Amino acid sequence: MSTEIQTFTEKYDLLGCIQCGRCTGGCPVTVRANLNVRQFVYDAYNEEKLDELARLAEIWDCTACHTCAVRCPKGLKPLEVLIGLRSMIVESGKVEPTVRDALQSVLLEGNPWEKSRAARSDWMEGLDVKIAEPGVEVENLFFVCCTIAYDPRVQAIAKNMVRLLNKAGIDYAFLPEEESCCGSEVFTLGEEGLFEMLVEDNTEYLNEYSAKRIVTLSPHCFTTYKTHYPDLKTPILHYTQLLVELLHEGKLTWKGDLQKRIVYHDPCYLGKQGDVYDEPRELLKSIPGVEVVEFDRSRERSLCCEGGGGKMWVESESKKERLADTRIKDAKDLQADIVAVACPFCVMTLEDSMKGLGFEEEMRVAEIMELLGEHIEA
Amino acid sequence: MTEKPKVGVYVCHCGINISSTVDVDAVSEYAQKLPNVEVARTYSYMCSDPGQVLIKNDIRELGLNRVVVASCSPRMHEPTFRKAIKEAGVNPFFLEMANIREQCSWVHEEIEEGTAKAKKLVGAAVAKARLLEALESKEVDAEPAALVIGAGIAGIQASLDIADAGFKVYLVEKTPSVGGRMAQLDKTFPTLDCSACILTPKMVDCASHPNIELLSYSEVEEITGFIGNFDVKVRKKARYVDFDKCTGCGDCAAACRVKDRFPSEFDQGMGKRSAIYLPFPQAVPAKYTIDAENCLFLSKGKCGKNPKCQEVCGAEAINFEQQDEMVEFKVGAVIVATGFDTFDASRKPEYGYADYPNVITGMEMERLVSASGPTGGKVKIFNGKEEIEPKEIAFIKCVGSRDKSVGNEYCSRVCCMYVAKQAHLLRDKMPDANIRVYYMDVRAFGKGFEEFYDRVRRENVRYIRGNPSEIFKRGDKLVVKVEDTLTATPLEDEVDLVVLGVGLEPRADMREVMDLLRLSQSPDRFFLEAHPKLRPVDTATEGVFLAGCCQGPKDIPDTVAQAKGAASSAMIPLARGKVTIGAQVASVNEATCRGCSFCVSICPYTAIEMVTVNRFGHEVEVARVNEALCKGCGSCSAACLSDSIQPKSFRDRQILPQIAALGVLK
Repeated sequence: MSTEIQTFTEKYDLLGCIQCGRCTGGCPVTVRANLNVRQFVYDAYNEEKLDELARLAEIWDCTACHTCAVRCPKGLKPLEVLIGLRSMIVESGKVEPTVRDALQSVLLEGNPWEKSRAARSDWMEGLDVKIAEPGVEVENLFFVCCTIAYDPRVQAIAKNMVRLLNKAGIDYAFLPEEESCCGSEVFTLGEEGLFEMLVEDNTEYLNEYSAKRIVTLSPHCFTTYKTHYPDLKTPILHYTQLLVELLHEGKLTWKGDLQKRIVYHDPCYLGKQGDVYDEPRELLKSIPGVEVVEFDRSRERSLCCEGGGGKMWVESESKKERLADTRIKDAKDLQADIVAVACPFCVMTLEDSMKGLGFEEEMRVAEIMELLGEHIEA
Repeated sequence: MTEKPKVGVYVCHCGINISSTVDVDAVSEYAQKLPNVEVARTYSYMCSDPGQVLIKNDIRELGLNRVVVASCSPRMHEPTFRKAIKEAGVNPFFLEMANIREQCSWVHEEIEEGTAKAKKLVGAAVAKARLLEALESKEVDAEPAALVIGAGIAGIQASLDIADAGFKVYLVEKTPSVGGRMAQLDKTFPTLDCSACILTPKMVDCASHPNIELLSYSEVEEITGFIGNFDVKVRKKARYVDFDKCTGCGDCAAACRVKDRFPSEFDQGMGKRSAIYLPFPQAVPAKYTIDAENCLFLSKGKCGKNPKCQEVCGAEAINFEQQDEMVEFKVGAVIVATGFDTFDASRKPEYGYADYPNVITGMEMERLVSASGPTGGKVKIFNGKEEIEPKEIAFIKCVGSRDKSVGNEYCSRVCCMYVAKQAHLLRDKMPDANIRVYYMDVRAFGKGFEEFYDRVRRENVRYIRGNPSEIFKRGDKLVVKVEDTLTATPLEDEVDLVVLGVGLEPRADMREVMDLLRLSQSPDRFFLEAHPKLRPVDTATEGVFLAGCCQGPKDIPDTVAQAKGAASSAMIPLARGKVTIGAQVASVNEATCRGCSFCVSICPYTAIEMVTVNRFGHEVEVARVNEALCKGCGSCSAACLSDSIQPKSFRDRQILPQIAALGVLK
């Protein structure tokens, strides 16, 4: 069925909804925003009301954590109704300048951070990185992610990965600077046309490479490729899955120890959406000295950090406690020294909260690759 | 010898079911001109009495010897028309049906298309009808006994009915006692009868009935044969306790070195039992069983100097040498009453069932409120820190039911009412507790259900419309994250105890029974009945019937009703003493059979065996069909290299002209 002739009701299967409330019940932002996603699913059935719904500010409060979709007993994706409404606004051009600029940057430079494409591989400077070539066979093809490529705070994820791969001596290659945004945030911001274009272009681009599998560094790229790229011929892995394999093969050994109490925060895109829960924990436990503790709300019950859903470009108006603050306070109660994550967005949101709450002295937020990087034998 | 075929063709309107997209008169006129067709007519409902009379009169007056009925699928009315022509003196297998409803009128929208296709189907049926052969059905004796698998309330009731009617029943139960799930329940909705009080007399009857042979702690290993003549092998598992000597005194369990160490299955793991145990006080038979996995002597080879149970048993009933025993018998019918599993709540990790001791299932609540339960009926629960009497209690319905995310789209039918009943029982015990029920719909459909639901609400049980999404912890409280959908208010409801209204699922071990009896599953994975409306207790395997929750979730009244239905159906062959064997079975041309035995390996009904015959002075192996087992499916025919085995009525010489008449074969 072609998308043009589908009505809004058909596109989001609104008639399948039984109004049980599990979506809104599970929605993490209801404690601080006025968003009721079930109500949107109910109201959107009246197509005459769609314009009015799209103008409501709360459609931008959704973090695309997908809890509503995971919990829905009828297989619906309530958050996509909000994305559908966002796309009406995007189409009309009446979006925040920050959103507009991010989308334009994806179109022109292949990243939402308004950076030049030519600079995408700058992080590689001084590193012995193997670069992939189309048609040349490679076991593990690495997809870096825009945020990790450009943001100095999280570049260490990629840099440490290179050092670790060189040390482990496995067959790998990184994509050159032609690598483009996976479109995760483009999709959730509602720019449907641009997202469709990215899916087409990226599929064609990635299919030119002869890789056994593509390893992503960010769970956002991981889940986006897995769920929105039906024609991609290469299987997708998150890096924690690859590293656990290497760990089992005895290819990873750590120097020194880390006498720290670490709590792991499950990123929504890796856990709830990607069903990867055990690998990050196994990696942390492999570092000598580490004690891993658990949040009460962990794994399938993990609390969102509010980093996704385009929230990097849309500020919430709510003055209530950020979920990242709740998370950091919970970590504090657990007397954790380190909050470990496996997502660049989670690093940013949780670290902001950690600093804002004044815990800088006694607590650290770190991506797993940062911790592992500090323990790679030279 | 063969008389000239004189065919009558009868085209049915089926009201407007057929006639709205098929011009039945045109089809009839077309049929009239086909070779050997003596008469062609239409009628509004061929299956009705006047419709059948029309055919019978034509047979008598026009001397018809073949009949083609163009109507619906033969599945429903082939027996109807066979009977009709037989009554008029024609061999019942001289009937051919053209399915112009399901395969024609219902799938076409244009009358031109429908009519053209109906003509072809009728033409093909006439082509075959001319070549049909007369067949005779045979009868064989039926064993006047039944096998009932599973001794929950369904199996118990079915067994008692059949035994009361005077037939022998073998009742096989996997666990050490009969009683099943019903024995675990405290009170039953909506009447609040004490479950044990109404069940235990029936359990005792089962054990003492002269016509029932109860095989507890036993499993069916093999069933071969066919309706009227099933051969059954049952494994009686070793109890390591002499059944005849054990008096059920319980001294052994009290003396056991690993006394009260293992989770009691009957108490849903909330209570403990010894390695030698009686599942519950009213268990039938009241005989102890040693759990070999946990018994020190049986698992480790050593239990102190001497096993304590052996030392204290005055009846000298403990026998560590006991072996499994095989029992074989013959029955005429089988009733499957294997029950259900409750949904494993840890498969919905968002509810924290595996993480929090004060998140429990409905079945655990049954044991908690039961006077015979692990707390003696006191509602006390460990909240992770201390044992408390809960004040704030939340029930969650539809856990594992109506939920595609766990693969169960169906409604479990009992949860709405057992939750209401448990809320009532808690209200009775705890007048000051705040009890709320989170629901998405209340389905109070049975007799007295809505009235009971009314009563429970008026007992100040708050019904809040919203299906919770998550449970987490805050201090000593559990937080239920939910939306009150009627006020569109997201809530974080702090409670002491959450009861998950878990649904019913097909048993994890149902595959074993499926393979034993060649049963099928419906899309919900429960056992499939032969017809959802008209044959609800039958299966596709003749002589095998379903009772209770193995066929789909049911409450006790429905289970008992179905058990009685299955018993009554199973008694038909037993009471008649004979069963009719299908006539449309495969037959072997022994002169051409090569003896390759491909057909033997391919036959899904194990109906073919190889026999040695003398062919022109030579001993050769040929295939032979057991007509009682053969269903005429034709698999053998497809596999046969020399066209030597073919189902009667579906021989190449009969179906090739039929296909040719459709215009697809030249």
